Amino acid sequence: MKTRDVIASAVQNTFRSKLRTSLTVIAIFIGAFTLTLTSAIGAGISSFIDSQVGAIGAPGVLTVTPVPEDAPADDGPAVYDPDRATGGASIDGPPGMAGGGMNQADLDRIAEVPGITGVTPAVTLPVDFVETAGSQRYELTLDLATGLFIPDLAAGAAVADVDERQLQLPADYVEALGFADAQAAIGQPVTLGVTDAVGGHHEVEAVVAGITNPGLMNLGPEGNQALADALLAAQRTGVTGEATPVYLAADASIDPASTPEQIAAIKADLVDAGFQGMTVADQIGAFKTVIDVVTSILNAFAVIALLAAGFGIVNTLLMSVQERTREIGLMKAMGMRSGKVFGLFSMEAVFIGFLGSAIGAGVAIATGLIAAPLLAEGLFAELPGLEIVRFEPLSVAIIMGVVMAIAFLAGTLPARRAARQHPIEALRYE
Amino acid sequence: MSDLVLEATDVAKSYGRGESRFDALKGVSMQVRAGESLAILGKSGSGKSTLMHILALLDAPDAGSLRISGHDVTSLSTADIHRLRNRDFGFVFQQFFLVPDATVLENVIMPLKIAGVGVRERTERGMAALRALELDDKARNRATALSGGQKQRAVIARALVNEPTVIFADEPTGNLDTVTGGIVEDILFDLNRDKGITLVIVTHDEELAARCDRQIHLRDGLEVSPELAGAAA
Ligand SMILES: Nc1ncnc2c1ncn2[C@@H]1O[C@H](COP(=O)(O)OP(=O)(O)O)[C@@H](O)[C@H]1O
Ligand SMILES: [Mg+2]
Repeated sequence: MKTRDVIASAVQNTFRSKLRTSLTVIAIFIGAFTLTLTSAIGAGISSFIDSQVGAIGAPGVLTVTPVPEDAPADDGPAVYDPDRATGGASIDGPPGMAGGGMNQADLDRIAEVPGITGVTPAVTLPVDFVETAGSQRYELTLDLATGLFIPDLAAGAAVADVDERQLQLPADYVEALGFADAQAAIGQPVTLGVTDAVGGHHEVEAVVAGITNPGLMNLGPEGNQALADALLAAQRTGVTGEATPVYLAADASIDPASTPEQIAAIKADLVDAGFQGMTVADQIGAFKTVIDVVTSILNAFAVIALLAAGFGIVNTLLMSVQERTREIGLMKAMGMRSGKVFGLFSMEAVFIGFLGSAIGAGVAIATGLIAAPLLAEGLFAELPGLEIVRFEPLSVAIIMGVVMAIAFLAGTLPARRAARQHPIEALRYE
Repeated sequence: MSDLVLEATDVAKSYGRGESRFDALKGVSMQVRAGESLAILGKSGSGKSTLMHILALLDAPDAGSLRISGHDVTSLSTADIHRLRNRDFGFVFQQFFLVPDATVLENVIMPLKIAGVGVRERTERGMAALRALELDDKARNRATALSGGQKQRAVIARALVNEPTVIFADEPTGNLDTVTGGIVEDILFDLNRDKGITLVIVTHDEELAARCDRQIHLRDGLEVSPELAGAAA
């Protein structure tokens, strides 16, 4: 018997007992559907996270903050210590505030940690508000751009190190400041309010260079050096003498190709030096963990469905072998080899697996493609760029292959029983 | 193997073991010559089918030997045996053994499909066999939709389709009324006469046996003379 005929006959036989086949196919369908969807969600989320990590935190950046010396408090809240308290100073408080920050000596110590190639302090600029002609005044936490993070832009470009005072704003400022859309804001002037040391108010003009997309890790508004200089100059009006700058955080550069082990070692060294370092991936980690748990639960469910389907196949085909005892005997009497009989029944199992997995994957893809845009506009509207499901041909192929392999394995038992049948006993069978 | 000759020497076959052991054949020697029609006669349970199965290489004897055109069967490979059954033998059984939910044509071309003949050729040959048995108008019908006589004609078409040298028929008319049985008999003997196909017919019907060139009488697993065969065991 030709292989083509074996396959064709197997396919034909599958449709002989439609009800039995359908029930088995349903179990496989559930498994394949779930696996396809969860793998697509997994792929969608991780590609989103990768793009976020890639966009805002080059993999080679650790955000370093000081570890409070008596901090590790698994046993309740920390005890109040008047010498240590920052007195509610926020990150946009004036330089020179109390403890909790890092000074130049700290930055030098961070730079000495092996594996750290550079340290850039996170400088928060003293901005009270932002406004355009005719808009309300809005609060703005503006940082000095470090150039380490590549912003995920909706329009325009990242701030550049030029003489023009530039800043980039998050997308939610676009409408508030009276711009039609992100593109319309680019190149437009905005006014920033600054309060100086003696309570005087100053206004600094700047130009919008770019509008950033909201993301998991919001890269806040950033200004270029020219803007920072102007703002700091305005703030220092009336100040005599030099103030020592204090930073709440610093960005430490490391080799972007560092392995997780190397990063862990650097973090350990930072802890020894009294600091803690976090990659952007760490900061997104919590979100990813939730997704991972959900997809694992769904995957476990899918695997159980597939196991049940495996037994379903065994059962279906055993019944089929039983029913077709005479036909098998007849085919063997007419010279069909045992190997081909085995092939016929195992191919039937594989085809049932193919049917279930193809329908499952197909419906999963259709569901994903229909549901994803709806979810993206509804539930996940805050996260543009999030591809909730991402169907990769390779993973769909792998899922179908695995399901068909499971089906084949399940089919071997009945197929062997069929192959071993003695033609005479099969023909005498009543 | 047009001059194919089957030669059984002292073949014995028993079923079961120990207490329930039953000797179905107790040492039978016989020959099937090329082109003849041979009847294996005997009462129910006398071992006719068992003997036919051994001759048709469907079953192996426990003792004794079988030679095909001079070659001992034990020297043949499994592949040779499968090829012989597929190309040189045709089978007709009392219970028809048609696949119920396949079409008549699909049933008829089964040996060709097993042999690996292509779709077009096997359809042509299947239709030719059905035409020879005046069943070509039923080719696309389900096998279950046929009457008894039509079923047996379909079975003969199936036995014929691979142009065999020997047709083994086990009680080919056992399930048919006299008239239909007579028609089926005519078809078989026509094949024997016109195409030189050797016939081995297992039957307990004396009249059918009488139409054959030669008869072998079995009783309780032994060959006996015609007079003894009729006597009570
Ligand atoms: N598979 C088997 N197991 C046990 N006994 C069997 C088996 N096949 C046949 N027999 C017995 O062997 C004897 C001969 O059977 P068979 O050759 O079919 O006889 P016949 O065709 O002449 O009626 C019968 O008594 C039958 O019951
Ligand atoms: Mg019999």
